[in-house]
Amino acid sequence: MNEAKCSWLGLIFSPVVLVQIRFILIQNRAGKTRLAKWYMQFDDDEKQKLIEEVHAVVTVRDAKHTNFVEFRNFKIIYRRYAGLYFCICVDVTDNNLAYLEAIHNFVEVLNEYFHNVCELDLVFNFYKVYTVVDEMFLAGEIRETSQTKVLKQLLMLQSLE
Amino acid sequence: MPAVSKGDGMRGLAVFISDIRNCKSKEAEIKRINKELANIRSKFKGDKALDGYSKKKYVCKLLFIFLLGHDIDFGHMEAVNLLSSNKYTEKQIGYLFISVLVNSNSELIRLINNAIKNDLSSRNPTFMCLALHCIANVGSREMAEAFAGEIPRILVAGDTMDSVKQSAALCLLRLYKTSPDLVLMGEWTSRVVHLLNDQHMGVVTAAISLITCLSQKNPDEFKTCVSLAVSRLSRIVSSASTDLQDYTYYFVPAPWLSCKLLRLLQCYPPPEDGAVKGRLVECLETILNKAQEPPKSKKVQHSNAKNAILFEAISLIIHYDSEPNLLVRACNQLGQFLQHRETNLRYLALESMCTLASSEFSHEAVKTHIETVINALKTERDVSVRQRAADLLYAMCDRSNAKQIVAEMLSYLETADYSIREEMVLKVAILAEKYAVDYSWYVDTILNLIRIAGDYVSEEVWYRVIQIVINRDDVQGYAAKTVFEALQAPACHENMVKVGGYILGEFGNLIAGDPRSSPLVQFNLLHSKFHLCSVPTRALLLSAYIKFINLFPETKSTIQEVLRSDSQIRNSDVELQQRAVEYLKLSSIASTDVLATVLEEMPPFPERESSILAKLKKKKGPGAVSVNELEEGKREGGELNGGGERGGDSSAIAASNASTPSPSADLLGLRTGPPVTAAAPSAGSLLVDVFSEAGVNDDGFLSSTPPSVVSEDPATPLPESNELLNKFVCKNNGVLFENQLLQIGIKSEYRQNLGRMYLFYGNKTSVQFVTFTTTVTCPGELQSQLNVQSKTVEPLIEGGAQVQQVINIECLTDFTDAPLLNIKFRYGGALQNLTLKLPVTINKFFQPTEMASHDFFQRWKQLSQPQQEAQKIFKANNAMDTEVLKAKLLGLGMALLENVDPNPENFVCAGVIQTKAQQVGSLLRLEPNAQAQMYRLTVRSSKDTVSKRLCELLAEQF
Repeated sequence: MNEAKCSWLGLIFSPVVLVQIRFILIQNRAGKTRLAKWYMQFDDDEKQKLIEEVHAVVTVRDAKHTNFVEFRNFKIIYRRYAGLYFCICVDVTDNNLAYLEAIHNFVEVLNEYFHNVCELDLVFNFYKVYTVVDEMFLAGEIRETSQTKVLKQLLMLQSLE
Repeated sequence: MPAVSKGDGMRGLAVFISDIRNCKSKEAEIKRINKELANIRSKFKGDKALDGYSKKKYVCKLLFIFLLGHDIDFGHMEAVNLLSSNKYTEKQIGYLFISVLVNSNSELIRLINNAIKNDLSSRNPTFMCLALHCIANVGSREMAEAFAGEIPRILVAGDTMDSVKQSAALCLLRLYKTSPDLVLMGEWTSRVVHLLNDQHMGVVTAAISLITCLSQKNPDEFKTCVSLAVSRLSRIVSSASTDLQDYTYYFVPAPWLSCKLLRLLQCYPPPEDGAVKGRLVECLETILNKAQEPPKSKKVQHSNAKNAILFEAISLIIHYDSEPNLLVRACNQLGQFLQHRETNLRYLALESMCTLASSEFSHEAVKTHIETVINALKTERDVSVRQRAADLLYAMCDRSNAKQIVAEMLSYLETADYSIREEMVLKVAILAEKYAVDYSWYVDTILNLIRIAGDYVSEEVWYRVIQIVINRDDVQGYAAKTVFEALQAPACHENMVKVGGYILGEFGNLIAGDPRSSPLVQFNLLHSKFHLCSVPTRALLLSAYIKFINLFPETKSTIQEVLRSDSQIRNSDVELQQRAVEYLKLSSIASTDVLATVLEEMPPFPERESSILAKLKKKKGPGAVSVNELEEGKREGGELNGGGERGGDSSAIAASNASTPSPSADLLGLRTGPPVTAAAPSAGSLLVDVFSEAGVNDDGFLSSTPPSVVSEDPATPLPESNELLNKFVCKNNGVLFENQLLQIGIKSEYRQNLGRMYLFYGNKTSVQFVTFTTTVTCPGELQSQLNVQSKTVEPLIEGGAQVQQVINIECLTDFTDAPLLNIKFRYGGALQNLTLKLPVTINKFFQPTEMASHDFFQRWKQLSQPQQEAQKIFKANNAMDTEVLKAKLLGLGMALLENVDPNPENFVCAGVIQTKAQQVGSLLRLEPNAQAQMYRLTVRSSKDTVSKRLCELLAEQF
């Protein structure tokens, strides 16, 4: 009701959004979430809705399609690795290819860190995946891009108790 | 190289995760989780103090359970305890739990902040990073308050480790975004900017995000970053593919950093310093050159990284829009990508070219790719790529290629994805209008649109074609012929019937000479569609019929027969019934001369911006249509002498008819327009009543109303504002004010407690009005009762032109006064200043309520407290005509209840006033006494002020 009123008056307020990456999602084909990292405030219901929508949008696309898909007022940059979809949600004006390769860079780090990463590694070591993410992405921005540096840091942390 | 085995470190966790994975059903999973929760709870509550390892393990299990989608309502304290552990793994789990399950518990926030504070001052880089990551992930106001002062210090301190600097920079960025008021960069600005020179590329990568964000907000303070960014970029671009070692990605040196640098430069205009600019242009040229070099690797990662930089460089080139050479080179490069085998590249090239098309330097270069783009529209498999192709065709369209592009878009529409049809329709409509050289092409195009995608043709589109046909007499005959042919199709879209009805009603005479389209044939054709149409279309067709009677007297008896049939004259829809009754009466009473005046052809519409363009803008969001385009749209619209924007009201025709100089205005817009306020008709016949009512009520914005029906002599002095207000109590549209210089038309609509009013300021002179400003104010109490927002109007009104202002009104609670509208402008050097009351009255927020007699009297009795009732006995100012009274009461906004009052002479009404604060139910009874020429009016409402106000307002109406 309220929404209808507002749109009728043309008073649709869009929040001022300044974050580059809105969220990072790793999902399998069945829609199970293997990682969800949020860089904007969403409530739990909204998160669940986003997860489902992203899954619906991404899984219907075939390999000949682009790796980009418009999503609400944003866009999803995604890449499929075996049964896993790695998705980054960014602003429509952001650089598609830079984020597409940021995904790949991230996947290569995971692969190195987990020695041929597979879906189960992400399940059993979910708390370590967060550490990898935080090393490479922070506050919705790219923090570090050097695989050598990230892996060195992860190795160091691994050696700590 | 590090390797991690499955769940090493915490066996219990790995076992638990395995158990969950082995659960065969949701129920089994929930059972297992509940068991675990009970176990953890008992451990946390147990007497034995848990060691750090166990605490970590259980907190981690809770986190896992939460991530599976279950609620967690305990364990926060244990997680906070982990923060003060000396062990990294324990601290890390503690921080992770806090970051994922932020809790606003104030006690905990204090403890968390305390732990963060300790870690920040620990000088242990690992712990500092954990703490900074936690702040960056949570980013709450409390954290900003606690740490916004500390973090800049860490960021620029000489002894801070590189990895900590990286985290500190982005942490600060996060705090700046959540609480900009708390992050004061002042003294740090220059040192932060100089991070662009940092030796560690990771630090630069992180810091540049912060600098970009700060530059967007304070461009002047940060403008020294431009030259630093250019030199950093130049060093990267000119380095060999292996120079940067760790930061080389598939033979591309520092691709992400390059992109970020190029993006930072897009916050600024081209560098003023010649040397800096030269260096930058060199960089951009190098990037373009590299795109032509053979790839150093066949891997897609290599080309993606390289092209990421290329596209960012092209964005910068477009942003500068000042280097023709670079713009054309960019265009050629994108042209190559249009045929690339990578779908991604084709997509991005189409997207990027769209912005190039709007630059005067590259527009022609973009146009050379038209065939490729058309081909993309036809053959691309991915709908999003086709969409980009359509966008690009739209952007590259000009007079030289419009016919080709419109034809291609039309044929694409036949198979277009449903999700984009409406937008495609708008685009085709805009292009057809903008580049129409011959109007028969325009008419054909729009009719084709309706034929192909009728469901997606919005009102704006078909209003517009009618406006243009009305304004261009050279196309009217063609339009009539074409719609006549289009209507021959056995199944044609309702929008086609609307356009057909309107155009034949106006210009059917132009094709009536041909026996194949004789008047009767035309009428039968239209009427054959009638029964399949919705009410608004039928209403429009009825108006077309009455126009036919005027155009073709020989159809009179046939049409009267139709109007007289029960399905019309007794139609359950009040609008249709009213039209049928009025038109029938009009056609039988009025003389040919009168009819001819009433039903005269529509005058040209005033020239305004295309409403379709506005619609597209709205659809795409602000910024989607370039300013360039808008201006062009306006200019082109002007060439066409195009029609006006109409409210999204069901009968555009009603509004458009309003500008007819003849009294027929009302014929289509009677819904809200009840009769006779002034200028009592010379004769008492119903017919003249209809006329005068029309003349008085309707909004002839810029038309001069014929003297016989003028309600307001333009020469009379400014009427009292209250009189103006009273004029609009029972109607929403009309002329609010008029003098020798200025005419103010008004059109308003209300829904619930919201209203929107369009004010049309018409300059009646041939001299422009300058510094035209309007202010709407709510005096005194009204301020808290109404929320009125007005958009600013153009400060300049050309002679003979009209500008529009939109005012949004929200009724917060009931009110008595009216908002004031002050208008100031200069006319030939003299300042004009006038203040009027805006006709916003409490009854505008009525929702009619239908009820049976029994209910009415029951409620009437419920409202029996003396202050709830207001009553007035007053003398009739106008003829006491039943129909006129009914129309007025309907215009008031209440439901007119039939068969409720035992005395059939009396009127009773019911309605609910919608305000934001409350709803006020109101009942009304009007008892006319014809003999005494008096009325007794009684209003009862749940609120005394409302009863009183309604009574005051209404007493002036009869």
